[in-house]
Amino acid sequence: MTGFGDFLREFGDSMTVKVTTTVNGKPVSGDVEPNTLLVHFVRENLGLTGTHVGCDTSQCGACTVHFDGRPIKACTILAVQAEGHQVVTIEGIGQPGNLHPMQAAFQENHGLQCGFCTPGMIMAGIGIAERNKGATLSEETIRAELEGNICRCTGYHNIVKSIAAGARDM
Amino acid sequence: MTVQTGIGARVRRKEDVRFITGRGRYTDDINRPGQLHAVFARSPHAHARIGSLDITKAEASPGVVAVLTGADLAADGIGPLPCGWLIHSRDGSPMKQPPHPALSQGTVRYVGEPYAVVIGETREAAQAGADLLDPDFEELPANVDTASAQGVAPIHDGIANNLCYDWTLGDEAATDAALASAAHVVELDIVNNRLIPNAIETRAALGDYDAGTDMLTLYTTSQNPHLARLVLSAFVGLAPEHKLRVVSPDVGGGFGSKIFIYSEETVCGWASKKLRRPVKWTADRSEAFLNDAHGRDHVTKARLALDAGGKFLGLKVSTVANLGAYMSTFSSSIPTYLYGTLLAGQYTTPAIFVEVRSVFTNTTPVDAYRGAGRPEATFLLERIVETAARELGMDPAELRRKNMIPKDAFPYATPVALVYDTGDYQACLDKALALSDYAGFPARRAAAKARGKLRGIGLSCYIEACGLAPSRLAGQLGAGVGLYESAEIRVNPTGNVTVFTGTHSHGQGHETTFAQVVSSRLGIGLDQIEVVHGDTSQGQFGLGTYGSRSLAVGGSALMKASDKIIAKGRKIAAYLLESKPEDIDFEDGVFRVRNTNKAKSFGEIAFAAYVPHHYPLEELEPGLQETAFYDPQNFTYPAGAYVCEVEVDPDTGVTRIVKFTAVDDFGQVINPMIVEGQVHGGIAQGIGQAMLEACRYDRESGQLLTGSMMDYAMPRADDLVNFDLDVVRTDCTHNPLGAKGCGEAGAIGSPPAVINAITDAIGVRTLDMPATPLKVWTALQAGSAAAKGS
Repeated sequence: MTGFGDFLREFGDSMTVKVTTTVNGKPVSGDVEPNTLLVHFVRENLGLTGTHVGCDTSQCGACTVHFDGRPIKACTILAVQAEGHQVVTIEGIGQPGNLHPMQAAFQENHGLQCGFCTPGMIMAGIGIAERNKGATLSEETIRAELEGNICRCTGYHNIVKSIAAGARDM
Repeated sequence: MTVQTGIGARVRRKEDVRFITGRGRYTDDINRPGQLHAVFARSPHAHARIGSLDITKAEASPGVVAVLTGADLAADGIGPLPCGWLIHSRDGSPMKQPPHPALSQGTVRYVGEPYAVVIGETREAAQAGADLLDPDFEELPANVDTASAQGVAPIHDGIANNLCYDWTLGDEAATDAALASAAHVVELDIVNNRLIPNAIETRAALGDYDAGTDMLTLYTTSQNPHLARLVLSAFVGLAPEHKLRVVSPDVGGGFGSKIFIYSEETVCGWASKKLRRPVKWTADRSEAFLNDAHGRDHVTKARLALDAGGKFLGLKVSTVANLGAYMSTFSSSIPTYLYGTLLAGQYTTPAIFVEVRSVFTNTTPVDAYRGAGRPEATFLLERIVETAARELGMDPAELRRKNMIPKDAFPYATPVALVYDTGDYQACLDKALALSDYAGFPARRAAAKARGKLRGIGLSCYIEACGLAPSRLAGQLGAGVGLYESAEIRVNPTGNVTVFTGTHSHGQGHETTFAQVVSSRLGIGLDQIEVVHGDTSQGQFGLGTYGSRSLAVGGSALMKASDKIIAKGRKIAAYLLESKPEDIDFEDGVFRVRNTNKAKSFGEIAFAAYVPHHYPLEELEPGLQETAFYDPQNFTYPAGAYVCEVEVDPDTGVTRIVKFTAVDDFGQVINPMIVEGQVHGGIAQGIGQAMLEACRYDRESGQLLTGSMMDYAMPRADDLVNFDLDVVRTDCTHNPLGAKGCGEAGAIGSPPAVINAITDAIGVRTLDMPATPLKVWTALQAGSAAAKGS
């Protein structure tokens, strides 16, 4: 990703560029503006609307996806930066009838209400579980590491419970 | 079967699968072929005259399809946005309602007010066009302050003192007499801080006009799509009601802010008709901060009269409420009938008088936000009661207990117009004190002190009025709409059921809860029931979801419709079983001739109704489908007792909630798991109000200072703790479910518990919300300076 400023200068901001990446295990490509964010590429070019936009200051975490296996906010990265990388969205981790343990834990523990922050919470929750693999995942750790994801419905009580349960089952 | 899935069962939510797999369908997820994008030009000033507005540059910008202004709206007969509740002042005069055009004309009155819309092939093209609009603004003096609004220049022509109305409730003479004769009078000045709702899904609208059928479809993030259709048809003039379809698909939280009829939804519908192409707008978060109706914003002076023994004799309250620059849809009712009527709380106070002056300011319109009026009443009452206890040297729990309405006193008529049907406030308090180990607090306080920390404990005993309310009474009080709810149960020929409700779920889990009600009643499995809401072309008229009304009112309509299904089913069964309807029992999904084994299943009856080869066609229509409308006889009165325990670090003012206990009485609960979730979320919002959230405008410029999630402190996971919950149950006496409503309780009961705890910890009399570390630390310094000085 070095030389990205050069890239922008070279291509200007009014032309489209082709981005080729891997999303949910499948090769995808699309034409985007150089300043198109990954979240908009995922939602608009690929039609994967499970990744949500909840703010415009990278605070809420509703757009969290996995980038080379790590959770990132898809509004903090340009679509062109995904060139050659692996992106996984909520649609890619499990489906109805074949849920990821973290998805199942959210349903089992009533870790969601309106569902809007939920994809981001699940993607962040998987990240928390993986970062703390082998260690005891305390409530305090979950709360601290969930600081970048905002939920207005649940008061986090059941989200914390869901992530603890999901991590145990992963 | 019904034991695991019916009323009272902790059923996992049916709707969850689509949300946890990214298959939810929110308004912004919907796109239509040929769709255009709307970007709104918004006022950068708090108050300004628009001298001239040249739209030619914007129109010529690449990709711009149209630039529309308030003049275009008016020319097309699209009317102002109405306020749906008429309040009268104490002198009998009606409230002063200024016109609220969807796009302002001539004058803008708050930062963010839309004055034009640019519609482009892409959002970027529309934004580039909007950037070229450069109106000639002549700035005018602006006021954002609630308390001083009556003393500044009017922001609307002809509305003197910026006063919308001067409303009163209660017996002023009796209250004055109580204050004059009292052994103790406790006086408290209270600010209820202004809040910004911030549902995580921002508002969005997609207008899609079909010229072939003259049908306008509006996809939008509404808590009450039918009401939106009614208002947009009858008052705004967007389209006749039968030519307007409003669809609210999955909606990502509302908390009140998605009840109202806003400019952007109106404009997207109108522009789609005008341009004959779909027009879409999705708010970015900055627009949500500027434009979604804000909440609270009261400045109050209250006086509580007590006798020598601590009995409450009278309460006098004077409040100034901020309406913002225009009257949002239900704004007038929030600081009046949803506030003043709640001032008896759980107590037997015999004389109460409240006066409310609602004022216009150069701020975003203010309307219902979770609790809506009731949190403001509860905060005032529970702060002044706690203060009274401290000043009288009484245990706050004891003072409350002494004044509580006893459980054998129901129905209980308060001096502020409500009749509580049932409750057991003492039981809630007892349970909350036990669960929070109130008795053990002094030891915990001492232990904290030994560690250099300050511990405090605070109580709050709340009541709310939910499930509003008889339509006739609401009409007498000025409501522009009815307050019933509807339900339809369509039994399909194969025996499964589609349920239509006029309420709307945006997180509350109706697809599960309502299915549990029908499952219990009709004895069929949850997987045999589909609950449909949110599309005016599918379900019949309904009033939506707000004020914790959906189960108490909408669920009751569902019970009525179920009863009609069972009644018809009995007739069909009687015919098939050669018996009489009155001899048919219905239980667990089986119609049976009493005391026999002659029986037909629910599915068999459904099939007979739709394939009526053996059917009493002379007496009975085929089919099995019933509708019901339910109009409540009274409000419901959830109540509870909350205990908050905090620990303050005196060096930094950083305050940590160490334990939060909530005991609520919601009457009959359908799904305890969902109800607990509602309480958790409500408490989080209440703690947010008490400790984190503050909407701030710059007093000079009128600019919104807290216009992003970086400036406005939303509660995050590490700000909160796990909550300890329990319930007391006294069933609502006047609806068939005995249900009271649970959606707002947490946000109503928690703020005073938190502030009572913090003021207890640091030994100050008052502390304005939000109690940030800076405020707590400053109060501590002032306290110790005062102690040194004396």
